[in-house]
Amino acid sequence: MKRFTAWRRRPWAGYAVVLAALAAIGVIYAGFSPRTDRAEAANATQAAADLKNGQQLFEKNCASCHGLNAEGTKDAKGHPIAPSLLGVGAAAVDFQVATGRMPAMNPGAQVPRKRPIAAFDTTIRTDYEDEAKRKAAEAQKAQAEKNLADLREYIAQLGGGPSVPAASAVDPTKGDVALGGKLFRTNCAQCHNFTGQGGALTGGKYAPPLATKDVTPTQIYEAMLTGPQAMPVFNDTTLTPQDKQAIISYLVQTREEPNPGGNGLGRIGPVSEGLAGWLVGLGLLVLAAAWITAKKPKKLKKS
Amino acid sequence: MSEATAPKAVEGPLNFLDERLGSTGFFNRNLKKVFPDHWSFMLGEIALYSFIILLLTGTFLTLWFKPSMLEVVYDGSYTKLNGVKMSEAYASTLHISFDVRGGLLMRQIHHWAAILFMSSILAHMLRVFFTGAYRKPRELNYLIGIGMFVLGMLEGLFGYSLPDDLLSGTGLRITQGVAEAIPIVGTYVYMFLFGGEFPGQDIVPRLFTLHVLLIPALILGLVTAHMMIMWHQKHTAMPVKHQTEEQVYGYPFYPVFMAKTGAYFLFTFGVLALLATFAQINPIWLFGPYDPGAISAGSQPDWYMGVLEGALRIMPNWEITAWGHTLSLNVLIPALVPLGIIFTGAAVWPFVEAWVTGDKRAHHVNQRPRNAPVRTAVGIAAVTFYGLLWLAGANDVLADKFHVSLYATTWFFRVTFFVGPVIAYIITKRVCLGLQRKDAEIVAHGMESGTVLMSPDGEFSERHDPLRDERRAVLLSKENSRPEPPATDANGIPAPNSKGPLGHLRSRLNRAWTFDDIPVEEHEHDHGHEVESGREPEQLNH
Repeated sequence: MKRFTAWRRRPWAGYAVVLAALAAIGVIYAGFSPRTDRAEAANATQAAADLKNGQQLFEKNCASCHGLNAEGTKDAKGHPIAPSLLGVGAAAVDFQVATGRMPAMNPGAQVPRKRPIAAFDTTIRTDYEDEAKRKAAEAQKAQAEKNLADLREYIAQLGGGPSVPAASAVDPTKGDVALGGKLFRTNCAQCHNFTGQGGALTGGKYAPPLATKDVTPTQIYEAMLTGPQAMPVFNDTTLTPQDKQAIISYLVQTREEPNPGGNGLGRIGPVSEGLAGWLVGLGLLVLAAAWITAKKPKKLKKS
Repeated sequence: MSEATAPKAVEGPLNFLDERLGSTGFFNRNLKKVFPDHWSFMLGEIALYSFIILLLTGTFLTLWFKPSMLEVVYDGSYTKLNGVKMSEAYASTLHISFDVRGGLLMRQIHHWAAILFMSSILAHMLRVFFTGAYRKPRELNYLIGIGMFVLGMLEGLFGYSLPDDLLSGTGLRITQGVAEAIPIVGTYVYMFLFGGEFPGQDIVPRLFTLHVLLIPALILGLVTAHMMIMWHQKHTAMPVKHQTEEQVYGYPFYPVFMAKTGAYFLFTFGVLALLATFAQINPIWLFGPYDPGAISAGSQPDWYMGVLEGALRIMPNWEITAWGHTLSLNVLIPALVPLGIIFTGAAVWPFVEAWVTGDKRAHHVNQRPRNAPVRTAVGIAAVTFYGLLWLAGANDVLADKFHVSLYATTWFFRVTFFVGPVIAYIITKRVCLGLQRKDAEIVAHGMESGTVLMSPDGEFSERHDPLRDERRAVLLSKENSRPEPPATDANGIPAPNSKGPLGHLRSRLNRAWTFDDIPVEEHEHDHGHEVESGREPEQLNH
């Protein structure tokens, strides 16, 4: 013990400790770290398999309209039927498929939001009591998530384009709500309404409502980034990622905010208010008037 | 006047007033004034009571509202707008909504009362129109009513513009556009109204003064006049048994009508409080502060301005540019023509009707709508006209909620704007005449009893029962039209009022008014014996 105390005070003792610690870390790391060369090889095989899966999904679900090489198709007169997907990016694929808009059912003024097809449906419920059922549902959900990722990757590697935003970039609790409200009113409200209730557009098109829970922050971000259907593109110079996050914060916090004044009447402003005023307000008072004028006094004193 | 007397506790103070004011029994006499009873007579009272509630809640709101366009940075309870630049008007409205105790409830009662004020006036005007209650001697009171509705529209527009939110700011922007569209003086009117370029600093303080001082004072004056004239002329009554042109049948003011109308005030207040508690109105915090660069889908005015909004929305984009000046027909026509037709038409109608029918008598008993088919049909045509424009004002909400194309709604309203009123006129007139025919049949043959009899030779027939007196009085209230005297008498002298093109027009309109009238009358020989006699007459309040 005495010797150890003496050594500890030597001038080289500090360097020795640092060296020993480094060596120990190195040995431990080498012991725990995966065999990188083998892992890389395994990853490459896996990536190729994923890409293949993505391609197969594309050929099965998308190629009939978008073409086998995703180059888009045109009808006999040269009007486009489906656009080229080269360069649309993973964000566009994620938005269109996760919201169920693609694969589209009917050509029309606008492709509506619907439940995604089974291969891509990541919103299925997995909270079954029955263990086997739950396991099956969880496996199906995992497969749908993988399918979606593979399809995204397949389209992205065809021509690049915007990628799916990171979870931290769309976190609705992190953005500047006041800024988001201002930006939303300036850029979005003219189609989507003050509170994101949606609205009608020209030629049978419409701005879909954003006030329901199933419109996820990621989807809102992707929509701004890629400009689906009638929506313009808000790229990162028009609305910076911070601006986009602010808008997401405004939308999500507004739709979660309770109505302090009672029932929100759909939050669409004076139309529903007028309807309520006429039907409920005047309706109740007409009933009251009918009741009160039907009342006959039992006896009226006669002089 | 009712013969009933009030108890001493009531009569004493009234005598006191009469003796001091030299009103020689005015109060005591009027305590017994008889009012006829009908549910539709309460519609106007909703407006009266809403107006009282508007005055009270409005006063409450002025204690905190700051009518100022000074820019402030918000820092308050509604944290989602913290740090946003806004006018003091908007910030103080947020303050009333979130930081003043009971402020939001008061704001909501005030706004719901405004909605109900206007809707009950419209319902009341429709009742007056369709029952012919505007006829001599009540034309002036009718005109006062129209005046109050117009003032109410302005009052509402100015009122909901005060918080300077994005929705009402959009309305002011349209107001500015309409002012500018007036030929020659438009830009001057606009600059005079706004005190500079839109929106400027002056508009909210100016609207505030108009909203809380001038227009309420005018409406209050007109309400007073309306009530006093009504009291003096007596309320019209429905054509029921015992009701005559000379005598009102109903209940005395004290104690019956007083209790009813007092209770009805409480009903009105209750309904408004319920609405204000359970239904959110004008959530300006969701709309955000006004910014001329922003707008929202579904920007509608309050309902009473909807007809103007609709006219503006379906108007084609017509403009005339000549000698360096632009005449904006696309704004001018929708702003002036539809409401001009409605209000001018309504205002001149009593006089036109009297001129056409030649009826210069005073009327105190209302007509049933079916017994004046032309009037009723014109009324329904006007309702259709107004209603279509009103719906057109919400065309984007309709397109969105019912999943139809926005352009399809625009074209639908453009076509039905012209066709709808005509169809409504024809259908309504046929319905009225059908009802007259039915009435005539019931009066002539009695009520269907549902009892089928078989005669000895096997013939089936239904027995008809005599009418109850009450029903018969209602049916027989119809005044059958008399044939117009021939345009020229036996000596070839033209009748008065039928000379010249105007006279020809008059007799032609008169024929249109009366030619298909179906007389409803009793045939004495049929029914004399069937009417029950000796029944105790109902109590008559003389």
